Amino acid sequence: MSLIAQRQKFRRASRPSLFAGFDPILTGAIALLLAIGTALVYAATRDWYAANNLDPEYYLKRHVINIVIGSLLAWGTTVIDYRLLRAYTPIAWGLGVIGLAAVLIPNVGSTVNGAQAWIALPGGFQIQPAELAKISIILGISMILSERGHDSDEPTTQDMLQALAVAAVPILLILAQPDIGTVFIISASVVTIIAVSGSPTRWVVALLIVAVIGGFAATKSGVLKDYQIKRLQSFVDPNADTQGTGYQLRQARITVGSGGLIGTGLFNGPQTNGRFVPEQQTDFIFTVAGEELGFLGSGLIILLYIIILMRAFSIARRTSDPFGRLVGTGVSAWFAFQIFENIGMTLGLMPMTGVPLPFLSYGGSSMFANLIGFGLLQNIHSKQR
Amino acid sequence: MNQRSRLSLLVVQILIISLMVALFGRLFYLQIGAGPKYRDAALSIQSRDVINPATRGLIVDSSGVPLALNKVGLAITIDRITIDKQPDKGVSVMKSLALLLGLNYGDIFRQTRLCGELPKGEKAGCWTGSRYQPIPITKEADPNIALQIVENSDKYPGVDATPIAIRNYPGIEGVNGAHVLGYVGPMTEENLAETSSKKYFRGESIGKSGLEIQYDSYLRGTPGIRTVIVDRKESITRVSQNTKSTPGDHLITNLDIRLQASAESALADAVRRARGSGFKADSGAAVVMDVRNGRVLAIASYPTYDPNAWEKGLTVKQASDLFSEKNAVPALSRALQGLFAPASTFKAVSTVAAANAGYDLNASYDCPSQVEVGTRAFQNFESKAQGRMSLKKAIAVSCDTIWYRIAFDEWLRDGGLRPKASANDYFYNAARGFQINVKTGIDLPSESAGRLADRQWRKNWYAANKDFYCNYKSRATKSQQTPFLLKLARENCIDGDKIRAGDAVNFSIGQGDTVITPLKLAQMYSAIANGGTIWQALVGKAIVKTDGTIIKTMTPEKLGTLPATPQTLKFLQGALREVVTGGTATGAFSGFPISVSGKTGTAEVFGKNLNGSKKDNTSWFASFAPSEKPRYAVVMMVSQGGYGASTSGVGVRKIYETLFGVKGSKVVPGLALFPEGKPPTKLPKISPATKVKKAP
Repeated sequence: MSLIAQRQKFRRASRPSLFAGFDPILTGAIALLLAIGTALVYAATRDWYAANNLDPEYYLKRHVINIVIGSLLAWGTTVIDYRLLRAYTPIAWGLGVIGLAAVLIPNVGSTVNGAQAWIALPGGFQIQPAELAKISIILGISMILSERGHDSDEPTTQDMLQALAVAAVPILLILAQPDIGTVFIISASVVTIIAVSGSPTRWVVALLIVAVIGGFAATKSGVLKDYQIKRLQSFVDPNADTQGTGYQLRQARITVGSGGLIGTGLFNGPQTNGRFVPEQQTDFIFTVAGEELGFLGSGLIILLYIIILMRAFSIARRTSDPFGRLVGTGVSAWFAFQIFENIGMTLGLMPMTGVPLPFLSYGGSSMFANLIGFGLLQNIHSKQR
Repeated sequence: MNQRSRLSLLVVQILIISLMVALFGRLFYLQIGAGPKYRDAALSIQSRDVINPATRGLIVDSSGVPLALNKVGLAITIDRITIDKQPDKGVSVMKSLALLLGLNYGDIFRQTRLCGELPKGEKAGCWTGSRYQPIPITKEADPNIALQIVENSDKYPGVDATPIAIRNYPGIEGVNGAHVLGYVGPMTEENLAETSSKKYFRGESIGKSGLEIQYDSYLRGTPGIRTVIVDRKESITRVSQNTKSTPGDHLITNLDIRLQASAESALADAVRRARGSGFKADSGAAVVMDVRNGRVLAIASYPTYDPNAWEKGLTVKQASDLFSEKNAVPALSRALQGLFAPASTFKAVSTVAAANAGYDLNASYDCPSQVEVGTRAFQNFESKAQGRMSLKKAIAVSCDTIWYRIAFDEWLRDGGLRPKASANDYFYNAARGFQINVKTGIDLPSESAGRLADRQWRKNWYAANKDFYCNYKSRATKSQQTPFLLKLARENCIDGDKIRAGDAVNFSIGQGDTVITPLKLAQMYSAIANGGTIWQALVGKAIVKTDGTIIKTMTPEKLGTLPATPQTLKFLQGALREVVTGGTATGAFSGFPISVSGKTGTAEVFGKNLNGSKKDNTSWFASFAPSEKPRYAVVMMVSQGGYGASTSGVGVRKIYETLFGVKGSKVVPGLALFPEGKPPTKLPKISPATKVKKAP
């Protein structure tokens, strides 16, 4: 490598231009999803708020503000110096753990839909530390598994135990809320990162076995609350409980199914406007797409997710830096599992858990976390050469 | 980058993309594959139908005079949507309304609950309609109370007073007609379940009995439907469909309101007269039929009830009284549901049997006071010996012993207790020819078929009761253990499956186990009068639209022919004429200017009343007139009414008086109901204001 080339590379790394290295396909797909999401959040809330003499644009306005803030965070994440990111990782992890612990303190955390997952801020704002903790965990274990204090290409047992400890503390705190959906998504992402880190296959297999046993034990040991077990039961038999959870899942499927090929048209879905599906601007936003945009529209959304995931994985695969590769893998896996869990739940393929749909659902914390995740991918992308 | 890491990443990527493809496939299945199914499901979640009932069609008599019409009532209604929004869910509103209307709060609460909202077993009175319809609490409110509610609408939120159509049986000419007309009532959950094939709607009023249920599909019309789209909180977001109601069609009947009124009052008179003579006279029936086609011109049953009681709001006591034994079950229509032994009116059947068996109808027969049948002596009615007489005279004076002899001889000829395989069974075959075990086919619900106690019936009866009679001592109650009943049980146990001599002779005079309805007897006597044709009985004549277009005309069907030669029928008609001119009914019809033919019947009834008294005889009179050219058959029956002639015979005479316009012993020109000598054939124009034609 010539000196000039080396210098150029250094310059790019140290003083990146504002939009240098942006992946246009990834960026375009996410921008399109954000636009669709904005329309869907508006469609999900407009009629109901108007009917109850409230500002019909209440959610629309807040959603747009969330996107703007999230985009700034994404931009910041993209342009931040790579080495700095690594240096901040322990701080990010520590903040995540503190936030998750704070949520569990009786007068600090507030309970929504059975999970004590929120911290109320002045001015009616709330943050959900678990969303941002996803990033902390991904950065934390990626850092540990990518640094080699030895010549071996494989992480040692010690590396592995460290990584697991870094993941386990926040996971246990989230389990205490309890927010099973997020635990599932984080655990799956952690296993994916470990698998890609070059660890021996036996580790991956062992972790999967532990996950299965842990999940089974959770349903039996009383860690799961009644409503969570009901959700699992109604997943197995959606007609079992027609008023509670089963009702929600049935309504969700009816709403999506009734959309047919082309849907009822935006703002015209009677199921959506009648608000028969609860939480339809957040966890069940996909029902709005299903009903009002039909198979063409909601299929397009899944297609956009596939494009995003292909790009995200290819960014992870192409980078030569081990930390970047693991962070890219972690973010990709996080998005993938969260998308699958959310849409799968809506369509009746997965049990009901309260996780938002990345880039579409209303919700500040989740929007910020998703866009920071996007920023991380862009950052990794811009470093690869 | 190590090789394994790269490979792992590829595997993970493939895995995750396949998860996404799975979502895609599931989405395709839900929206494209099962889309129509889910669209229907969504529609049923979002839409609610509000029913606007159609105006029910009228029921009129053959000249257009209304028997059932609709009148405007003042309904006090409660709107569930409004009262549910009250802080106390409307409890205080309903309580003050209960006070104002003088009703019970609990009743109002129940009336305003949808049936699904009430626990099982406490659904009585629940609202079968939808939450979006105002729910009527009363349909006939005092206008002053209604005014109070409307003026103080802030005190009674959700309560309103509104005119409403209610079914009304105007009782023109004092007619009651409860059994034949029936009544309407709100659709119940059971109705909805059983009529799933019909297009019925919650909250609709439907026919519940009589003509109202028989012709409900015409009378009801099509209700208007307003389909509203609601949200999760059940507030209406918009109206998606609004169809107007189509009024129901009118039913023109064969009934004549004057004749119906006359039949009802003659029946009530007969009951009163019988009671005056010391008989219990608990119930009765009267039927007038056109012998040439089976059309029913009047059909009355006693005791009766107020047909308007339902729309006024039936109390629980009123409802249970309708079915109480103590009140002789007023809900039961004796004319087509009451089964009674026909007694001597059945001798018409026996005459045909004897003729078919080869007995000379013009010969003379002995009428002793009793006939030895096996070891038992069967007495003549009131044990009178009347000497030798013609068969005609025997029918006129209702001699029983002649029939005992013939029936006994025939029973012996058929093999007695060891019946031949080729038994002639003239009596049973004649009865079967009269179709006494077949319904008349009248267009009214719940008609009972008569019972023909022939050999097969006997066998079936024995199979069902053998165990009881063969173990009588352990099975029967204490009061049933009298020496007579014990002896009877022993006999029944030994040869209850066979027709015994006693059964055969009882059969010939219409006693024993053979029973028929008064309507059936009218059909049988019509057949005798018209030369042998058995016509289906018909109340309905035509269905017409509100604009007069004829939708359907009901034409009586021929159900069969009597198994009698013209000579036999001619003989029988003459004999029945002689009953009135020189027989048991002479007194009842003395001086009557129209020639009537008929037969009295006085049936002994086995068993006891609720108070323990022995049951009185059933009084029958079956007839037709004018004898020379028969047009009408009139039958009256009074249960426990005593003698045939004095109770029912006199009653039937009164009906004929109305029919032919007889005053005293003269026919008053212009007073006859049908001046042309037959019921009207032209269909009348329908108007609720049609008046009864009065004699000049």
